[in-house]
Amino acid sequence: MMKQENVIEAIGLTKMFGDFTAVNKITFEVKKGEIFGFLGANGAGKTTAMKMLIGISIPSSGEANVAGYNVFTHAENIKKNIGYMSQKFALYDDLTVKENITFFGGIYGLKRKEIKTKSEALINELGLNEVANDLVGSLPLGWKQKIAFSVALLHEPKIIFLDEPTGGVDPITRRQFWEMIYKTAHNGTTVFVTTHYMDEAEYCDRVSIMVNGKIEALNTPKKLKEQFQVDNMNDVFLKLARG
Amino acid sequence: MSITLKHISKSYGELKAIDNISFDVKEGELFGLIGPDGAGKTTLFRVLTTLLFADEGNASVAGFDVVKDYKSIRNSVGYMPGKFSLYQDLTVEENLEFFATIFGTTIEENYDLIEDIYVQIEPFKNRRAGKLSGGMKQKLALCCALIHKPKVLFLDEPTTGVDPVSRKEFWEMLKRLQEKGITILVSTPYMDEAALCDRIALIQDGEILEIDTPKSIVNHYPKELYNVKASNMYQLINSLKKYEHQYSVFPFGEFVHYADKRSNFNTDELKAYLESEMLSEILIETTNPTIEDVFMELARE
Repeated sequence: MMKQENVIEAIGLTKMFGDFTAVNKITFEVKKGEIFGFLGANGAGKTTAMKMLIGISIPSSGEANVAGYNVFTHAENIKKNIGYMSQKFALYDDLTVKENITFFGGIYGLKRKEIKTKSEALINELGLNEVANDLVGSLPLGWKQKIAFSVALLHEPKIIFLDEPTGGVDPITRRQFWEMIYKTAHNGTTVFVTTHYMDEAEYCDRVSIMVNGKIEALNTPKKLKEQFQVDNMNDVFLKLARG
Repeated sequence: MSITLKHISKSYGELKAIDNISFDVKEGELFGLIGPDGAGKTTLFRVLTTLLFADEGNASVAGFDVVKDYKSIRNSVGYMPGKFSLYQDLTVEENLEFFATIFGTTIEENYDLIEDIYVQIEPFKNRRAGKLSGGMKQKLALCCALIHKPKVLFLDEPTTGVDPVSRKEFWEMLKRLQEKGITILVSTPYMDEAALCDRIALIQDGEILEIDTPKSIVNHYPKELYNVKASNMYQLINSLKKYEHQYSVFPFGEFVHYADKRSNFNTDELKAYLESEMLSEILIETTNPTIEDVFMELARE
């Protein structure tokens, strides 16, 4: 098999806030088409690390390349080559489905024609024809998340970052969302996901767990469970985070 | 009964938030409302804590009617809303003192009830509530909801957005409060927390799907359930979904949970089918259903 290319490479990546080391020399890589779970307790440094990787926070030291670009020198290129979706902010409630797609397509620099074609394709694929002109705010949470996910993929990024994407959604919708993730990864886009649902960690190809700014474990869910001699990721997490 | 609801309904304009809900919670019980966002959990809490009138039905809490005796209910229940409800500009200690004072009590009077929670945040007692971490905010909010020694405690999604370590600690605290005789109604979207309750109600779109002990609920799953795994997850899901005998196909972590329509289902047949779909490293084994399997089964009916 051909050696898979890395789309994220971090070496000794560090972020200090004054005396406080939020992210402490983390080293890892993520492959093309991989579903990578990025876990950690509240305050472990996940968000800070992710901000460096998506080019909105300059590291204090270390190195990182994301989607082929250096986080110090080419942060703007990184932003153009990744997608980002979080549960807290995804779409504008006061715009319609179509308007949201057009707006984000524009932000990502797509041409008018491209936006039109992609918008129609997306609306068809998600079966949203009837609500295409409805305000996003009037749609159920599960729909919003699926639209937000598709919108973050409009510009065909190499990597999509999902920041706790599925909180609060019903179990069936969550699974539909994960099926979209599998499909995306299958098509070669890398999926980088943070979640508090440890059962969701089990969907990932590999999982890293941050504790106090460091990556304390990184492996497939299966191997992590073997390593810690437990039968689910929740117990892996508890063993690590409780020391 | 500590909490009783009879045929409670509430609409917001066209939207039926809760529809004809009835159930009882026994004294000293830890009762869970399990359902996703938009299921109607918060509306139910607001009706029971006298913050909202139901359109239909009646309810009582700690022996008081939610409409006629609303003042008595407010004195005898503690309520921790889903959104952080404390004063961000007051310190930890000031918040606690404030809540004690408005309920006509003091921190000292009921300190034994909150002690093992409060000691964890006491080192930060001079910090403003807005500057606390998520886990600490949650502990402070719980202390404030307990400071007047309520008979019934209402917790609306106390663990949402909280990491697994803090979640586990929080449930351990709830168990200890229950031992002190407090009735607890707690809501959560996390199905794995359901197992920690004495009884649970599964709720979706304003309706109750099922009420029972977590064990009985799982036992009611109507089908034989299988874990299926193969080399390529995406293709496996697609192949299973188009299999003519499939009853349900849901990804579950490293496996797919599969149920078959036939009563004489033979795993070899499925294996042969998946092989014909060019899948390899196929594993098929029976597995025990979880609360989530039951929830999905009930929700699709």
